[in-house]
Amino acid sequence: MKITGPSLPIAPGKIAPPIAPGVPSTGGADFLTTKLDVAVQWAQSNSLWPMPFGTACCAIEFMSVVSSHYDLARFGAEVVRFSPRQADLLIVAGTVVDKLAPVLKKIYDQMSEPKWVISMGVCACTGGFYRAYHVVQGVDEIVPVDVYVAGCPPTPENLILGIMMLQKKIQSGELARHREAKTFVPIRVGEDPVTAIPAYSNAVMAHVPGRHALPGMPPSAEDEATPGGKREMDAEIAAARGRENP
Amino acid sequence: MSATMAPPKGLEFLPVLEKNLGGRVTAREGLAADVPTLVTDAASLHETARFLRDDPAAAYDLFLDLASADLSRLPGAQAPKTGERFQANYILYSTKRNAHLRLKVNLPEKEPSVPTLTDVWPAANWFEREAWDLMGIDFKGHPNQKRLLTHGGFVGHALRKDYDAKQRWLCTEEDLLQTELAAQTDEPSDMFETTTLNFGPSQPATHGTLRIVMRLDGETIVAAESECGYLHRCFEKMSEAHTYSQVFPYTDRLNYCSPMLNNNGYARAIESLLGVTPPPRALAVRTILGEFSRVMDHLVCLAANLVDIGGLTNFWYAYQPREEIYSLLEACSGARLTVSYGRIGGLAKDVPGNFVPWCREIIKGTRERISDVETLVTRNKIVWNRFRGTGVVTKEQALAWGFTGPCLRASGVPFDLRKDQPYEWYGEVDFDVPVMTEGDNYARYLVRVEEMKQSLRIIEQILDKLPGGPVRSDDYRVILPPKEMVYNEMEALIYHFKLVFEGVKVPPGEIYSATEGANGELGFSVISDGSGFPYRLKVRPPCFPLFAAFEKIIKGGMVSDAVATLGLLNIIAGELDR
Repeated sequence: MKITGPSLPIAPGKIAPPIAPGVPSTGGADFLTTKLDVAVQWAQSNSLWPMPFGTACCAIEFMSVVSSHYDLARFGAEVVRFSPRQADLLIVAGTVVDKLAPVLKKIYDQMSEPKWVISMGVCACTGGFYRAYHVVQGVDEIVPVDVYVAGCPPTPENLILGIMMLQKKIQSGELARHREAKTFVPIRVGEDPVTAIPAYSNAVMAHVPGRHALPGMPPSAEDEATPGGKREMDAEIAAARGRENP
Repeated sequence: MSATMAPPKGLEFLPVLEKNLGGRVTAREGLAADVPTLVTDAASLHETARFLRDDPAAAYDLFLDLASADLSRLPGAQAPKTGERFQANYILYSTKRNAHLRLKVNLPEKEPSVPTLTDVWPAANWFEREAWDLMGIDFKGHPNQKRLLTHGGFVGHALRKDYDAKQRWLCTEEDLLQTELAAQTDEPSDMFETTTLNFGPSQPATHGTLRIVMRLDGETIVAAESECGYLHRCFEKMSEAHTYSQVFPYTDRLNYCSPMLNNNGYARAIESLLGVTPPPRALAVRTILGEFSRVMDHLVCLAANLVDIGGLTNFWYAYQPREEIYSLLEACSGARLTVSYGRIGGLAKDVPGNFVPWCREIIKGTRERISDVETLVTRNKIVWNRFRGTGVVTKEQALAWGFTGPCLRASGVPFDLRKDQPYEWYGEVDFDVPVMTEGDNYARYLVRVEEMKQSLRIIEQILDKLPGGPVRSDDYRVILPPKEMVYNEMEALIYHFKLVFEGVKVPPGEIYSATEGANGELGFSVISDGSGFPYRLKVRPPCFPLFAAFEKIIKGGMVSDAVATLGLLNIIAGELDR
């Protein structure tokens, strides 16, 4: 079986005959070695099972992402589960208010390890423009977040980029949280809203700058210059397609 | 009012009412575009309400909204009398006379309380709970007066002017268990066990934000209680802290399945208050994109509901036209979903050059997809079994529960604001209002399908005579002047500066303005104090009475019928909870 994966250290070469029946050869480039972790991470990153915790407008865009036009199946993440026990990726899509916060916490706790969280849209990331008496100012008050996806709501491309960034993180073995950091960060009462990403997190931000209103328009100078811009993302999507259909 | 004067137009029943109540009710002239207003006091409210419902000359059979207000910060002539602070505005509608009415009650600062109107209009139930929750008005005799939108651990009443908008309160799991369902059930002696089922909020059929607690006997629902507020993101408090123009993005996120219709409704309310009329092209484009949004809304309603009952294929069919319409909206406004395309006095900018042929292409594609869905669903045996005869709402129930929109029309009341009180371009196009009399899920499904076809018909007719000219009013007191003028003319520069820094100065006054949203009557009650910020902005969300009645509709049915019913009522949490 030929395993193709972005980070598998595949050593090309001939496979030497075994030393004895049942005992493989141990010579340098004679056979393929990999760490179990790498193989597992490769498998995990390409078969994410998302559970959409969709509450508001972002949930509608999430539906667009999974439906035929944007087709999340191309990235191996199309098996949408509504039971947290069957999912390993929690996508918080939409505003989370104080009344819903304990529910989100409970759902996160019900997911089994390993698990990842994408915070989709500015409401989930920071509370957005609802700086108000009943809105959680970012879901990282409650659950650790791996990827923040910007936008109100994010465009489907942006969410896809977020998922691809998460795949990279999984393959590199990074985790957003300390394994033991399962504590519930209490909701701040009467304080000013959070302005910085909490210290325990090494989350990344998925953001496509200067997205164009119409497909086919040339990218701006800003896009060319920005890392993670439209040009780079197109290349990544093309590369991902190439991996699936060599 | 003296007996010699003729009563104001629309209030011909007033002399009789005054005679009955002995001068405790007065009529107040509203704005030209506003609804007639009656003022009464808390003591005679109940009697007045009964008269307004029962008198054949009044016949206000539909309770639309309760807009409470805290007047304590109003300046000058608008300021409340000494000792008074709160106000309750009941918005009523008569389907027989096609007339709105506002019933106003002024309330004291200390212990504001009015008798409940739930026994006159059952629809008042949740509206009163909301007013208690957010404004702290006590409704004497209310059957279930407890918090609705905020959680059990919340302290204070958030829409009062002295409540700090940023003050949050911790919600724990114990606070969530506020339903007292166990007390509701009257178990017969031969039934030895019923189960309690918590349905939602994180359940695919409830779209993540609705919660129903049911008591089940086997699979039959013997009692149910629904709860909302899981997406209460303080729209009304937020809009008080933003200028009139800045409220547009917030209105997008009320009903996020059809944001353009919210833009239109809000813009119309503020324009009526200002007395500004947008150019005809702007109104035409608003109507076109509004109708496209209605199609999108109905499509997502049907698609999601059919997924809930197990038919996934329609989802892919129904989402394709949505993507096409998204592309059109994106080309017009720059955003796919949350368009913020409306402006006070027109639109943000003109539509792209290929707008008309593009629209025609979308109409063609959408018709095909709708027909695909119809072929799969309308005569499908499973759909018939699941939809016909389930979730039945009679005409009388629908009116009593305050239904509007497709759900009311599916129960046999032909009330559609686009037809009854035409606005924008609806008066100039020919379209039908589909009405069914069964009132079950199948009727709601058919009404929505037919409405989509009628919407496309409306768009086609407007495209044929789409006027040219500007899409922005030339009244630069309300809309930013073009950049060339700002750079070259002193006066335009001043207008620009004042609009950006101070916002649109709306003259003092109040208005209730309603348009036909995708789910029913979308009303905006606005109180202006003359500044650039809305003093009070209350939305009448079409979903709110629908979800309030949900627990009554599903009682006696099966759990699976409840899922089908919930989908076809089309509850959008954004506008339900605001």
